[in-house]
Amino acid sequence: MTRARVLMGMGAALLLSFSAQAGEAAVSIDNFSFTPATITVPSGTHVTWTNNDDIPHTVTDSATPRAFKSAPLDTGDHTDFTFTKAGTYSYFCSLHPHMQGIVIVQ
Amino acid sequence: MDPKLNRRGILECMMWAGAGVLWTVGGGVPRSSLIGTAAAAAAPFSFMQISDSHIGFANPPNPDTPGTLKEAMALVAQNKGAATMLLHTGDVTHLSKPAQFDTADQIIRESKMDVHYVPGEHDVLVDDGAAFFERFTPKGPRGYYSWDQQGVHFVALNNVQDLKAGGLGNLGADQLKWLEQDLASRTASQPIVVMAHVPLWTVSQEWGWGTDDGAQALVFLKRFGSVTVLNGHIHQVMQKVEGTVAFHTARSTAFPQPAPGTAPSPGPIKDLPPGKLHSMLGVTQIKQVTGQAGLAIIDTPLGA
Repeated sequence: MTRARVLMGMGAALLLSFSAQAGEAAVSIDNFSFTPATITVPSGTHVTWTNNDDIPHTVTDSATPRAFKSAPLDTGDHTDFTFTKAGTYSYFCSLHPHMQGIVIVQ
Repeated sequence: MDPKLNRRGILECMMWAGAGVLWTVGGGVPRSSLIGTAAAAAAPFSFMQISDSHIGFANPPNPDTPGTLKEAMALVAQNKGAATMLLHTGDVTHLSKPAQFDTADQIIRESKMDVHYVPGEHDVLVDDGAAFFERFTPKGPRGYYSWDQQGVHFVALNNVQDLKAGGLGNLGADQLKWLEQDLASRTASQPIVVMAHVPLWTVSQEWGWGTDDGAQALVFLKRFGSVTVLNGHIHQVMQKVEGTVAFHTARSTAFPQPAPGTAPSPGPIKDLPPGKLHSMLGVTQIKQVTGQAGLAIIDTPLGA
C-alpha cells in the first residue's frame, strides 16, 4: 500500500515537474545524495523520500526548530512530509551532514 | 639484519583487516605493530583496537557481520599477548537496535577484556543514544569520558551527535570545555591516547570525513609530548602526524569503504568477487614517519 503510494508519487512527480499543481513529489537517496537536490513545488505538495543506499540516512530540516525529521531510513525505507507553507526548506542527513537538499515551496 | 632496520621495523604497524591493531607504549611513545610479533609481546604496556563492527549490516560485500566480528575477536585473543584492554572506536551496530547491541556485546564480552567504547553515528540513532551510553559508556553518560592506565591518560570522545547541515563530525562546546578541564591538571610528559569515531583531522571534506571543531580539541592537546588519536568511521587505514600528534584510523571488521575520491560515494565497496573480502580488506599502503615519536603503518593482506 505505502510502496504503491510511493510509486504513484514518483510518477506524479514526473508529471508535475512542468506544472504548478499541488500533488506528489519524490526525492531519491542514492550514493549519499538527494536526487534531485532541489525541487520546486506548489504549496500543499506531499514529498516522499526513498533511501536506495546500503547505508541508513535521515531527512532532517536544517532550520531550528525543525519542521520535520525522519527516523533512520534503512535500505528501501521511505519518509514523507506535506509542505503547506511557501518558503525555502533546506534539509540534510543528520548522519552524513554533507548530504543536503532543498525544497522550494511556492 | 641491520639493527637500525630492526628498530624501524618495530615502529611499523601492520594492520590486519577485519581484525585489530595492537598498540604498545614504551618510553612515552605509543607504537603500533603487527599483532603477534615478538616486539609487541615484549612491550611493557599494550592494548588492542577494533572498529566499525556494524552489527545489523547484511548487504554486499558482507552478509555476516557477526561472523567477521567473531573472526576479528578470535584473532585478538590469539595475538593480544599480555594486553588486557580493548578499544572499540564506534559503529558497534548498524541501526542502534537492542538485538544488535546484544549481539555485539555478547561476541566482544567473550574476550573477557577490559573494553572501552565510543559511539559511532550508527549507535545513537534512537533516543539520542541513551541506550548505547547506558550499556557501552557507563562512565560517560554522553559518550565521553577518560581514564588512566599504566601511566597513559586515555580520553574517549563523542563526535557523532548534533551534527550541523553541511558540516562534519562535532564535539560541541560542552564536551570541549570538559576536555580542557580533563587535561588541565596533566603533566605534558604524560602520554595521551584519544579515541573518537570520526577522524579528528579532515580526511575528506567532500565526504564529511573530519570533525568541525576537532582543531579546538587539538589546541588543548598541543602541549603534550606524545598524543595518539585513534579513529574509525572510514573503514580504511589512514595516518597523519602533526608535531607530537599522530592520527590513525582503523579498519572495519565489517566492510571496506573506498579511498576518498575513488568512488561516487563513501558507501561500502560491494562489488568484490566472492572470497575476496578479507584479502581486499587487507590491502593498503605503507607509511613511515621519521622523528622521535615515529610511527608507521604497513597494512598486510589478511588472506592470500
